[in-house]
Amino acid sequence: MIDMSENLLQLKEVKKYFPIKKGLFYKTVANVKAVDGVDLSIGQRQTLGLVGESGCGKTTLSRIILRLIKEDSGSIYFNGRNLCAANKKELRQIRKGLQVVFQDPFNSLDPKFRVREILKEALYALEKYETSEFEDRAVGLLDQVGLGRDAIDRFPYEFSGGERQRIAIARAISTNPKMLILDEAVSSLDVLIQKQILDLLLKLKDELQISCLFISHNLNVLKNFSDRIAVMYLGKMAEVAPALRIFSEDNLKNVHPYTEALILSGVRRKVSLKGEPESLLNIPSGCRFHTRCPYRKDVCRKREPALELKKNGHFIACHFR
Amino acid sequence: MRKSRSQFRLALSHLKRSRASMISLFILLVLYAAAIFTDFIVPYAYDDEERLFSYAPPSRVHFFDDAGKLRPPFIYAKTIELDEYRRRVYREDKEKIYPLKFFAKREKYKFLFLFGFDRCLLGVDKPARIYLWGADSRGRDIFSRLIYGSRISLTIGLIGVSISFLIGLIIGGISGFYGGGLDNFLMRLTEMVMMIPTFYLMLSLRAAFPPGLSSAHVYLMVVFILSFVGWPGLARVIRGMSLSLREREYVLAAKTLGVSDIKIILRHILPHCSSYAIINAALAIPAYILGETALSLLGLGIQDPMPSWGNMLSEAMNIVQIRFYPWVLLPGLFIFAVVMAFNLLADGLRDALDPLFKK
Repeated sequence: MIDMSENLLQLKEVKKYFPIKKGLFYKTVANVKAVDGVDLSIGQRQTLGLVGESGCGKTTLSRIILRLIKEDSGSIYFNGRNLCAANKKELRQIRKGLQVVFQDPFNSLDPKFRVREILKEALYALEKYETSEFEDRAVGLLDQVGLGRDAIDRFPYEFSGGERQRIAIARAISTNPKMLILDEAVSSLDVLIQKQILDLLLKLKDELQISCLFISHNLNVLKNFSDRIAVMYLGKMAEVAPALRIFSEDNLKNVHPYTEALILSGVRRKVSLKGEPESLLNIPSGCRFHTRCPYRKDVCRKREPALELKKNGHFIACHFR
Repeated sequence: MRKSRSQFRLALSHLKRSRASMISLFILLVLYAAAIFTDFIVPYAYDDEERLFSYAPPSRVHFFDDAGKLRPPFIYAKTIELDEYRRRVYREDKEKIYPLKFFAKREKYKFLFLFGFDRCLLGVDKPARIYLWGADSRGRDIFSRLIYGSRISLTIGLIGVSISFLIGLIIGGISGFYGGGLDNFLMRLTEMVMMIPTFYLMLSLRAAFPPGLSSAHVYLMVVFILSFVGWPGLARVIRGMSLSLREREYVLAAKTLGVSDIKIILRHILPHCSSYAIINAALAIPAYILGETALSLLGLGIQDPMPSWGNMLSEAMNIVQIRFYPWVLLPGLFIFAVVMAFNLLADGLRDALDPLFKK
């Protein structure tokens, strides 16, 4: 793998199980293996697109990175510092560099706050500002995301979905982060607005030189945005590859069967996968994907393939690809 | 550009359209104003008694004298006779006329606790006494005592509710936000308080205080008892709300920005419970008023001669009194009106605050 020091974010063997407790004494009867041993790295100014079905653990993973959920095991290095070992005070400093834009802009802005208060909270969380200094900064931020000065005194309910997402982005970049986590940041918007917001994000990424972890269930959204693509299936990485290798048409037989299915579904051919994904409660033995894989063989049922480097920085967890 | 309106303003304009709540609000404002300006409004101090006029009926205010001549409003003096059951019968003495006087003299008092004053809104010269709403067994003016009593009965609700809501909001907010073991502990504690039947809890708490306290102490004690009994229900609901609010993405965003927990609770969690809390407070105030009434009715709350609506009602516990002197029931009417007004107001508030959630 790439050298540790180059990577802005480095995840190693990260696991998170949610226990299901029952009965009087809260006995653990089962575990939801939301994130089941994930290795991931994102370099400076790089964008990793993380794709996977709903319920495969993408969001849990992002929340672990954001320290909103504590992992069970594994380690996370951000900017050379171990997030898992950081105390509360250190964490507040680290968090400045790691911001998030959520999926639902109707939910991510407090309806009782004016835009001014939203930005104020973000800016004042770690630093103090003079009033005039704050005004300038806030208006500057709004300008950066393409909103006018008059937006500052309005409430979230007065904006459209796209505009709200712009406010959420303004809040996220207010701390000058090194990295943005975009958790389905455009999924709830309609197609045209999606394009606008993606363009805005691309522009900001260049201007501010930030890395992104872009989480989506839609490969097409990630196409023009990502340097590398990571495909997650049932709590584990099925494939990590440079974006170009995934999106070149003739390469279809060189990617993970699950990725292949995702690409095929995107180009509107026949539905290529049958059945629902297995539950995180009951992960199949052997290869996680074997119950739905059209190419499965006996070995898939018995032995779990490791995420192996095939060529040109392309990692696949499959016995046959 | 249209002006941005906060949720509060939207709710207020909505509330204005509900007639029942506006009337209730008006009634309550009048009563609270009366409680503030009590000393000026009433003709007699609450403990000003005249045994001669025990259970005197409400004085009739006349405009025409015996000869049929129009005069400024006045009352006749009263003469007392005994009937065959040796009950007092009050007759008007048509010879003695006492005109009603505005800004009449009364006992000296401290107006709004600030400066001495000896005038009241409406009164008559001594030795006559004006009983607008009749007299109680010791010849004390029920109107005066009712207004004095409103000071206690109306404030006990507000203060009690504020205290118990403070406790409920803090415990519920913390419990829901942090979850886990702390939540478990706080909620079991809450349930332990809830488990005990309210009225017996009040009685036993009352027993914990020594007898013979001063009236100010008794007042504080009753407030304490009522708020101690009142917080668990709210704490549980607030806990549930903050449990769901803490998963909201704006709370998560605030966390990733490094905003401290206490600020998140105060800014993002509790304000979102405020609509519920306000409605609930308006609904809870009557319970405090009734609680005070119940304690005082049993002689465990505010002590005579200090009036509260509850201990004034204890005179109406006897059927004979109600039969012959129905005016002793007046405090009950006031309790009814206030409880009703608060409930209607809460109803209007709920309608006013609800549409915001649907938006």
